[in-house]
Amino acid sequence: MAAPWLSLRLVAPMWNGTRGIHRLGGAVVPEGNQKKERTMLQFLTNHFYDVEALRGYLLQREMSKVHMKNRFRDKEWIRPDKYGHFSPEFWNFREVPVEAVDASDCEINYEGLDNLLLLKELQSLSLQRCPHVDDWCLSRLYPLADSLQELSLAGCPRVSERGLACLHHLQNLRRLDISDLPAVSNPGLTQILVEEMLPNCKVVGVDWAEGLKLGPEEQPQDTASPALA
Amino acid sequence: MIRRVLPHGLGRGLLTRRPGTRRGGFSLDWDGKVSEIKKKIKSILPGTSCDLLPDTSHLPPEHSDVVIVGGGVLGLSVAYWLKKLESRRGGIRVLVVERDYTYSQASTGLSVGGICQQFSLPENIQLSLFSASFLRNINEYLAVTNAPPLDLQFNPSGYLLLASEKDAAAMESNVKVQKQEGAKVCLMSPDQLRNKFPWISTEGVALASYGMENEGWFDPWCLLQGLRQKVESMGVFFCQGEVTRFVSSSQRMLTTDDEMVILKRIHEVHVKMDHSLEYQPVECSIVINAAGAWSAQIAALAGIGKGPPGTLQGTKLPVEPRKRYVYVWHCPQGPGLETPLVADTSGAYFRREGLGSNYLGGRSPIEEEEPDPENLEVDHDFFQEKVWPHLALRVPAFETLKVQTAWAGYYDYNTFDQNGVVGPHPLVVNMYFATGFSGHGLQQAPGVGRAVAEMILEGSFQTIDLSPFLFNRFYLGEKTQENNTM
Repeated sequence: MAAPWLSLRLVAPMWNGTRGIHRLGGAVVPEGNQKKERTMLQFLTNHFYDVEALRGYLLQREMSKVHMKNRFRDKEWIRPDKYGHFSPEFWNFREVPVEAVDASDCEINYEGLDNLLLLKELQSLSLQRCPHVDDWCLSRLYPLADSLQELSLAGCPRVSERGLACLHHLQNLRRLDISDLPAVSNPGLTQILVEEMLPNCKVVGVDWAEGLKLGPEEQPQDTASPALA
Repeated sequence: MIRRVLPHGLGRGLLTRRPGTRRGGFSLDWDGKVSEIKKKIKSILPGTSCDLLPDTSHLPPEHSDVVIVGGGVLGLSVAYWLKKLESRRGGIRVLVVERDYTYSQASTGLSVGGICQQFSLPENIQLSLFSASFLRNINEYLAVTNAPPLDLQFNPSGYLLLASEKDAAAMESNVKVQKQEGAKVCLMSPDQLRNKFPWISTEGVALASYGMENEGWFDPWCLLQGLRQKVESMGVFFCQGEVTRFVSSSQRMLTTDDEMVILKRIHEVHVKMDHSLEYQPVECSIVINAAGAWSAQIAALAGIGKGPPGTLQGTKLPVEPRKRYVYVWHCPQGPGLETPLVADTSGAYFRREGLGSNYLGGRSPIEEEEPDPENLEVDHDFFQEKVWPHLALRVPAFETLKVQTAWAGYYDYNTFDQNGVVGPHPLVVNMYFATGFSGHGLQQAPGVGRAVAEMILEGSFQTIDLSPFLFNRFYLGEKTQENNTM
């Protein structure tokens, strides 16, 4: 019986060191019949390596199940591998709510947004540099109004100020990135109007002074001023 | 090559009009050749004027399968769909006759450009939904090689219709129908309205309906130019001229009840050139009346309505021009970027125009106050007395505003039930209508064009069934009333 529990080291935080697998996770104290069965099992385990190995294996299985369930306690990005494929075990997590989608540089279009709009708990959406996202697509985003807090449209070539007007449905938005939108005719004015439209949201992207030019007196000074002799 | 060219060349002049419709291109300079031949003959026979091949390049062709009277958005839409749905390439020759190339009085260019699905008739909702998807994919429908993509400047801000106590029930049932047909519309109470749009005053408002998707406004000129470009590239002929006469033949027939009816068939359309007495008789098999506000005149030319009143023969086309004003004003503290096109309980409406605190809007006058449709002069007093008070009541910020400009345009107003007339006439068997939309023609043009093309090519409506819009209803007295006009 030398070091029989070494293989179960991963149980360490919950393991209180006493023997008996059934004590794991604060199990109920066995009573009556159960006690007889348990001690029988215990007796076998103590005398046969095979039984011990089997119990160890079953414990591992239970452990990994619990682990899987609690996997997304800390949030985790699901990324494609280098070939652009997603791992097939992704299918196991259908009940887990998706909180953030990063669709940057993706060829998603108006019909493709059908898939994103089903995500009722989406908090962050990034549509940076999507070539087919235009004003019509922005008018579809209102179903995400209850949950969406962050939206990025930076660099989308087809989004104009007319599409940005539809974003007023997203009242829970806290951060909106509208930098580098070539189709917007007047970025400074648009930023001001969007800020007025969404008072609780931080609108990022356009420096208000972008449309301004330096006056004649305010030529940039030479930073290294010559030392007076 | 020569074999195909000669029958067209003789009598109609020169073939240089349409790029891309002749397979393989045509390098023989027919124009130059003709003038050379003329010069040669002149030099051989001095003193005689040579008119062997008179120049007819400015005239429309002598034969055309379909003649579309009216080159506005509806006429061009029918031309587009005819060419798109024809089963053989180049199978149908289409001629569009437009009286005024500057479109100075055409309803299309003067329109406010809105599109919405908030109607009470399912057919209207379907037409509008299809038009929205047409506009969304306009660069796939109307793509022309080497031409830049079209930018419709679409504002997806939606329509907000306000209803008073007495209209609230009708609005609720309308919204139910709209939702059934697939439009994304939601109802709002006055509290929700105030929350969403703090600049609105909800006095007198019991209910509001707000379109969330596929609604807004766009640039009608862009659509017109896009259609025009595409349709020209598809091989449709254009002619600037006025239709002055239809030459038709009649046939007396007996119905099953042994009543006599006179069926007419138009054989020729006389197209008169601008500023001249010259006209060209165009032999045709189908005529489409898409003349907008002037459709009734075209119908009268074909003999529609000439008969004892109360009979099918005596039923006129009840479309007449009605003048509507649109005013543009500036209001510095007005509603913000999120403003939809708001239609008030009083009938006044307004929307934003651009980024700079400009708004445009108007109001439909009541029957007794209809302005004279003789010309398109604007009555500014109408704004002061009939439009502004209602606007200021609804949006207090509009109490201080400054009118910048205004214009007027015609509705092709259907006095019977304010809905379009689509499809063939029961007696003049080859005249098809695509007119009478009373202010929502622009937003239904793609759908209506497709329906008329289907009617002509297949014999019946295939995608959207517009049977409630046929001409018969004027004789039978069955109104297809739309409850939500503006």
